[in-house]
Order: sequence, then structure tokens, then C-alpha cells
Amino acid sequence: MYFEYEIEGGNFSKAGTASSEVKKKLRQLNVDLKIVKCVVVALYEAEVNVVAHAYRGKMKIEIDEEKILLILEDEGPGIPDIDRAMEEGYSTASAAVREMGFGAGMGLPNIKKNVDRLNISSEVGKGTRVEMITYLNKGGTHEKS
Amino acid sequence: MKLQEIVETIDGRVISNGNCRDKVFEAAFASDLMSDVLTLKNDDLVLITGLATLQTIRTAEMADINCIIFVRNKKVSPEMVQLAAESGIDLIECRYSMFRTSGLLFQSGLNPVY
Ligand SMILES: Nc1ncnc2c1ncn2[C@@H]1O[C@H](COP(=O)(O)OP(=O)(O)O)[C@@H](O)[C@H]1O
Ligand SMILES: [Mg+2]
Repeated sequence: MYFEYEIEGGNFSKAGTASSEVKKKLRQLNVDLKIVKCVVVALYEAEVNVVAHAYRGKMKIEIDEEKILLILEDEGPGIPDIDRAMEEGYSTASAAVREMGFGAGMGLPNIKKNVDRLNISSEVGKGTRVEMITYLNKGGTHEKS
Repeated sequence: MKLQEIVETIDGRVISNGNCRDKVFEAAFASDLMSDVLTLKNDDLVLITGLATLQTIRTAEMADINCIIFVRNKKVSPEMVQLAAESGIDLIECRYSMFRTSGLLFQSGLNPVY
């Protein structure tokens, strides 16, 4: 199964609409509720990042028996130093982003904790691609320690 | 604690349809930082916050939080009420500070997360 959603950079009133649609879909598919929560939390932080830091983007979701693949691709400034961006507390967010309750540099580290695989590639001046994979049928709890 | 007890304890006002009337809330978390809220794994949590934006409702939706208390007399917009209703989230307005609200609920038996 495949879904695709557009994300508008800078539009905070719409941030989260795509993640919300995905949450409904995963519920309909009877995915384990703990997995749903982890996936949508990661997805929502990633969607907020596109809204907060990029100009526009796409969210692509692919679900099969084995896994959920989540890809966020954006046109934006890109990330010059990805290792640095992964550090807890590192943020270049604007005051407007902080007023929305984000911009504490906790998004990417929390995304990492909520999915099984996280892959970020980025080109400065062009954009960023965030790829996340969560495996289904793991049995038991999902979160990594 | 049930919704009605929470409302009475903090002299709050429910501004949604009271979907969670029969739910028992175990714990509460107070923060204006949504990224903080998104790190929590608890179920049946009450969110106490001074941040009254659509993103507060979205955050609760993603984190499976069904009750939000807006402190410091922050007003909830019609768009927030609408979005909350779609996800079955109850909203409470309260004129107390975050500290006072948290203190009262803690005293009444609502557990902390950490
Ligand atoms: N899609 C993106 N495009 C450009 N920069 C990004 C993107 N996502 C994250 N970043 C950069 O990585 C930093 C850390 O991201 P994150 O951990 O989510 O924290 P926050 O968004 O709160 O700043 C951001 O401040 C920003 O500099
Ligand atoms: Mg972020």
C-alpha cells in the first residue's frame, strides 16, 4: 500500500495534517497501537521539521506485511552537518517555531528512538531526505532503549 | 481521576463535548514544549500546558492524550475545539498558573510521569 502527501513549508496551522491521515490509515489496518504511536510521533516530528525548516516537501508512506517505510523529502536549505543536527539540544529554529512548542532540538533524537531505522541525507541549498523504517510483527514492545 | 473531578479540583471549564467523561486518568505532565510531550510513553495522561495552539491539539492526537488543561487563562480557539473533537480529546480552560494547577492535581492523587 502506498500513500503520498504534500507538506507546505512555514504553514504551522496545517502542520500535522499528513501525520494525522497516516495515523487513521494505520488504525484502519489494525496495526498494533504501540507501533502506531511510535510511528506517528516520529512522523509528526519529521513533518514539523519540513514545515519549520524547509520550503515544501512530500511525505511518502509504503506499508507491506513486514514493515512501514516513511520518507520525507523536502526542498529547503538542507542540513550542513547531520551528526550535529542529531545531537539533543542542537537547533537553528526560529522564534516562530519555538512559539509553536518546537525548536528545542529534540525532534531528530526522538525520531531515532521511535523507529527501527533512520537514514538522513541532505544537500545544502537543495533539500533533505529523511527515511524511516519500522518493522511490524516484532512481538512485544516496540521502543528501543 | 475522572474528568469531572479534575475540573472541580482546578475550578476549570470544559469546552468540549466531554468525550472522556468515563475515562480514568492516571497521571499528568506539565509542559509548554510539545517536543517534550512527544517523548512520553504513558497512557491515560493529562496534559497541562500554557500553549494554546493547533499544534498542542495535534501533539495530543499523536501522543494519544485525551485531556488537555490550558492554564494561565489561555483561550481555546474554535479551530482547536473542532480538531480536538475529531480526535475525541477533551479541553479544559483554567485560570490558575501551571504551578498551582499541577499542585492541586498532584495533591488530589494524579501521578507524575517522572
Ligand atoms: N528538513 C530539514 N531541513 C533543514 N534543516 C533541518 C531539517 N530537519 C532538521 N533540520 C536541522 O536540524 C536541527 C535539529 O532538528 P530537530 O532535532 O528536529 O530540532 P528542532 O526542529 O527543534 O530545531 C534543526 O534545528 C535544523 O537546523
Ligand atoms: Mg524538529
